[in-house]
Amino acid sequence: MLEVRGLTKRFGGLVAMRGVDAAFPPGKISAVIGPNGAGKTTFFNLVSGTYAPTAGRVLLGGRDVTGLRADAMARLGVARTFQATALFDGASVRDNLIIGHRLRTRATLWDALVGSRRLAAEERACRDKAEAVLDLVGLSRIGHRLAGGITQEERKRVAFALALATEPRILLADEPAGGVNPGETAGLAELMRRIVASGVTLCLIEHKMDMVMRLADHVVVLDHGERIAAGTPAEIRADPRVIESYLGVDAAGMPP
Amino acid sequence: MSARPSPFALASFALLASAALFPVLTPNPYYLGVMALAFVGALSALGLNLVAGYAGQLNLAHAGFVAIGAYTVGILTVDHGVPFWIAFALAGVVSAAAGAAVGLVSLRLRGDTFAIFTLCVGFILYLGIEKWDGLTRGVVGLMDIPAPPGIGPVSFATDRGQYYLALGVLAVGVWLMRRITASLVGRSFLAIRNGEALAQALGLNPMRTKLTAFVISTFYAGIAGALYAGQVRFLGPDIARETRTFDALIFAVVGGMGTLLGPVVGAVGMSWAIQALQGLQDYRMVVFGPLLVLCIMFFPAGIVGALEARFARRRAALAEKRLAEAAPVPGAAPRGSHA
Repeated sequence: MLEVRGLTKRFGGLVAMRGVDAAFPPGKISAVIGPNGAGKTTFFNLVSGTYAPTAGRVLLGGRDVTGLRADAMARLGVARTFQATALFDGASVRDNLIIGHRLRTRATLWDALVGSRRLAAEERACRDKAEAVLDLVGLSRIGHRLAGGITQEERKRVAFALALATEPRILLADEPAGGVNPGETAGLAELMRRIVASGVTLCLIEHKMDMVMRLADHVVVLDHGERIAAGTPAEIRADPRVIESYLGVDAAGMPP
Repeated sequence: MSARPSPFALASFALLASAALFPVLTPNPYYLGVMALAFVGALSALGLNLVAGYAGQLNLAHAGFVAIGAYTVGILTVDHGVPFWIAFALAGVVSAAAGAAVGLVSLRLRGDTFAIFTLCVGFILYLGIEKWDGLTRGVVGLMDIPAPPGIGPVSFATDRGQYYLALGVLAVGVWLMRRITASLVGRSFLAIRNGEALAQALGLNPMRTKLTAFVISTFYAGIAGALYAGQVRFLGPDIARETRTFDALIFAVVGGMGTLLGPVVGAVGMSWAIQALQGLQDYRMVVFGPLLVLCIMFFPAGIVGALEARFARRRAALAEKRLAEAAPVPGAAPRGSHA
């Protein structure tokens, strides 16, 4: 279980995040929502170790992991996807995924120079993992394609595949359905349910409200770097502060 | 894995075979000298390509590390009577140690800042060599470096011997580089180049990864410098100048940054291009410059890079076709992007 307490981040005089408390229940889908500039991505950067918080704590399964670097967090099982995924466009999708499992291998430069058996075994393990995650995200059919020639929706799936190759316990997804059409969004929501069913806790930042309300079990609302609400989608929809600052009056009248 | 040799293996074999036959076809010692020096340039460019092409960190102090390797051989053999081959091996180690120290500081910077910082480091290395008379003999230079002594029946005293020595070291260099770049270690370099934030989120330690690439790269630089010292047998501080770094960079860019054989193809091709334009004397840069511009306009990924892209597209198209034949899926026809 991932939990943050009093999470605060200051950049000089600017307070980007102020005393945020949140918990992400295991095996569930949580969502972080809020208007542009509310601090959603900053929140992810703090939780995943990209930034060290100015104050507050990050707890992973009860253990204090505050201030650990992003690569250490990844090894502990906290993976993340970005709004844009930089892939090596000249290589196949499959080849692009191999590096995702590198953190679970131990081969060193020396293994590479002497061509050790350990390296060969680990490279096989990475390829197998790449195949498995390709299958999980539903891209087995395009694994051979060059990463430069796939669609935006396929790129979003590759981002999930890369993160899943790290064997995470918790996956932080930053706008996993950004820039894809409604039909594809439904497909990605389906994929996220499948990921959670496979035993991964999911937390996403998303702008598509209808998707969040249908998908998430638990919602955290940020505004101006502060948590203004947290609860089930139904509770959030009824929260007067959320309606005022984010959803707007129309959304409040929307049927669930 | 198919049993057929890869295009890379075929290309390397063809290049190696023609290089091995070259002295038989052209006994002209001048040509052999040009080629031997091109091989040294290729080895240096191979190292620079690892850190700049694969790991994406443009180290502009590269020539400084070549000079450290060369001066290690020069100083140890001339002033301290150390046997050549021991000095040769130490050249790589000393350069790599210097690389580790410089890398630890400079790799904290990113992108252009890193490039500018290392440009300054390179100039400091040059100044150090030029001013430290007691160690390097400054501008006078280091003379009478012994030729590499023969190993068993193989002699390196002749032009042909020097040629084969440089070729042999380069071949081993390419072979080891192939092992590195094709491995998980090499993949982590590429991941850093593609995006440090994503690479770190995938659990790679960016500093350690970049430092590894930097140190290997400076080891190659050191060995290239050691070969140079044994070949030219005179060293001046100019070999540490930034222009030498840019020479190596041009080899890698023309051949193909981030490709294995690019630096070799670039170094040999450019060396001959420069030789061919020698007759134009002062005007040769007028021809050379536009040639370089045209090359980068039409082959932005370099010669080998363009070829590799072709192979990659063809492989993808073939796989697409096989897949379509094996299990026809409605609406899954090959797309225009593979044309």
